[in-house]
Amino acid sequence: MATEIDERAERKTATSRSEAERPRIEFGTAWEYSPAPEAADIVSIEKRETLFINGRFVPARSGRVFETINPATEEVLSEVAEGGAADIDAAVRAAEEAHRKRWSKLKPAERGKYLYRIARLMQEKSRELAVLETINGGKPIKESRDVDVPLAIAHFFYHAGWADKLEYAFPRHRVSSIGVCGQIIPWNFPLLMAAWKIAPALAAGNTVVLKPAETTPLTSLALARICQEADLPPGVVNIVPGAGETGAQLVNHPRVRKVAFTGSTEVGKLIQRAIAGTGKRLSLELGGKAANIVFEDAAIDQAVEGIVNGIYFNQGHVCCAGSRLLVQESVAERVIQKLKLRIETLRVGDPMDKNTDVGAINSRMQLDKIRELVACGVEEGALLHQSSCALPAKGFFFPPTFFSEVAQSHRIAREEIFGPVLAVMTFRTPDEAVEKANNIPYGLSAGVWTDKGSKIFQITSKMRAGVVWANTFNKFDPASPFGGYKESGFGREGGMHGLRAYVELS
Amino acid sequence: MSALPSLFDLSRVPPVDQVGIEERAAGLARRSIKKEAKRAGILLAMSMLDLTTLEGKDSEGKVRQLCRKAIRPLPGDPTVPHVAAICVYPNFVAIAKDALAGSGVKVASVATGFPAGQVPLPVKLDDTRRAVSAGADEIDMVIDRGAFLSGEYDRVTDEILAVKEACGAAHLKVILETGELETYDNVRRASDLAMAAGADFIKTSTGKVTPAATPPVVLVMLEAIRDHYLATGRRVGMKPAGGIKTSKQALHLLVLVKETLGDAWLTPDLFRIGASTLANDLLMQLAKESTGRYQNEDYFTKD
Repeated sequence: MATEIDERAERKTATSRSEAERPRIEFGTAWEYSPAPEAADIVSIEKRETLFINGRFVPARSGRVFETINPATEEVLSEVAEGGAADIDAAVRAAEEAHRKRWSKLKPAERGKYLYRIARLMQEKSRELAVLETINGGKPIKESRDVDVPLAIAHFFYHAGWADKLEYAFPRHRVSSIGVCGQIIPWNFPLLMAAWKIAPALAAGNTVVLKPAETTPLTSLALARICQEADLPPGVVNIVPGAGETGAQLVNHPRVRKVAFTGSTEVGKLIQRAIAGTGKRLSLELGGKAANIVFEDAAIDQAVEGIVNGIYFNQGHVCCAGSRLLVQESVAERVIQKLKLRIETLRVGDPMDKNTDVGAINSRMQLDKIRELVACGVEEGALLHQSSCALPAKGFFFPPTFFSEVAQSHRIAREEIFGPVLAVMTFRTPDEAVEKANNIPYGLSAGVWTDKGSKIFQITSKMRAGVVWANTFNKFDPASPFGGYKESGFGREGGMHGLRAYVELS
Repeated sequence: MSALPSLFDLSRVPPVDQVGIEERAAGLARRSIKKEAKRAGILLAMSMLDLTTLEGKDSEGKVRQLCRKAIRPLPGDPTVPHVAAICVYPNFVAIAKDALAGSGVKVASVATGFPAGQVPLPVKLDDTRRAVSAGADEIDMVIDRGAFLSGEYDRVTDEILAVKEACGAAHLKVILETGELETYDNVRRASDLAMAAGADFIKTSTGKVTPAATPPVVLVMLEAIRDHYLATGRRVGMKPAGGIKTSKQALHLLVLVKETLGDAWLTPDLFRIGASTLANDLLMQLAKESTGRYQNEDYFTKD
């Protein structure tokens, strides 16, 4: 045991010695960017945020509230009403009535008009929505501005178009709505996930009760205000913030006809167990541990960009993150060298600064989990590489990190870390790459990097993952279905496949 | 020379993915450069400028005027640095050398049958030697794109070697004319080739062909320079030229350098911008930074 440790220590000093002699590229202070903060004062956050039930903003019946904070500063933003059983019941009943009396009776083209109206109002308020998303969730303003908000809007526009064309999506079927949908969304893309859930449900004639995540309720409530402004009939959309208990009450409510959940595999399993035998329909979008496979013939610099985007986008809080890198042995050293350089240029810090690439970790709990798994990676013997960036004194931050010399059996190669931490492993042949990529209980996404077109088709067709990207990563479009294999869930969101989850066919 | 093993190993040149490189360049274009960073960036860009005039109607008078502008871009304000070099045709090297004496501004001359390069090698070498003996500190040569595109890489390499030899102590910038190479793979291939043949700088374009120094092309070349440095320890310089007219473009180029090659390249010794009209836009933006207002273009001298 002792010799093993000695050997390892020796090897590490050997590497560092040869590295000192190697040409080095320094990313220093020769020309620094000035702070470029987005103005936060364009949004006003109520000191007390409430539930949105039946078209009105109401406090929780129990009077209970919870605090929501800015994870980058730890400052309290608002006290938010916490929905309990009585509130969930009121919301579900309102949704049921709205479905029965108004929404399912409305001409499909009229439903479409409401969705278009919501989309346009979101466009008008896109800057406010982006700022709110960043303040409440910690993601860089660059991402909420350029990715989250535009994609959320695109989902409403896309589904608005489907509202009066459902029989073309399902030819030779009579298409009808299901009823009340209970939807539970995570904290990593709060507004975007709300859009993914609400837009298709409404387009197909259903009504919804949506529970945003405990740490990020603010943009869902902003969306509720937009629904109100769009004159959406009361009860069609209800937003009930709360924690796991609130979610369980929603899932178990007898009048909910369909449950849609995005979150952890653990909770997904609980939900599936809870509704077994009730006749409720279910779609689950759960965890992932995607493999990004880099072949020796890939455009290496662009592959490195894809790897960085795959794991450090949104601080790695992405269920389809490319958190396992499988790189062909012949180019492994080059890829690791380039990756080490590249993470030095990632700008970590104030999420409101327009030049920030990596923002705040969403919560202390998540930060603790990331720290624990990284410590475990070190203990298991993987080689830690971390950006030397300075972290802000306040708030929850973690530097861009990756491990080399990772084995398939390490915890960091098996468990979803949901943070800016990448596990790098190597392979020798295409078959080995496919085998390693698929050898995991998850199957949400994967990436393949090669300059050879035929290899793309050969490899992607063997991947057991819902989404496979070739020579790119983290590309989303409302027309493209998204969802998992195996323990990453079932059902698809987006495109015609996504609509299927919200219609009754006869 | 052909008996020797080839300096340029094609098999080691990595492919470039078009979608990926364009996305990365566009991503870096969204960096927000404000306040002090903008001011410092503008002054840095000015100090990296190769102030250029390459026209058939160039004359001694025009060149002398441009040299004054090069030495003191903003009359009455010595905090604005002189540009890095004046870039002229070989006929005007002696005049520029005289006009710039003692100023610290270098004289660069295009040579080798600029811009097409379609003249015999002895003529290219003679062109180069004459420019050097007239006092050029730097030579901007063009590669034989015809030979490159028909796969005669050794011929292109040998020409660069020969011109490098003819340069003597003068620095050699090798113009790839990326607009004629068309693909990013070709740009990367030509960059690696030119560096292997001993280029001190690689340069995008002559300014006579569009597209010229587009951000993705510059990024491909910067990545080639980085890989060459990491493999050999030799720092090759970079010069985008052609179509760079605004401060915004210049600052974007500096962002590409900063985030690809780091601090060591943020100096006129290793990064140049070839342009004829950029100087005045830099001055206008500088005035806007200090006064908060844009000024009439007539406040800035054309030459």
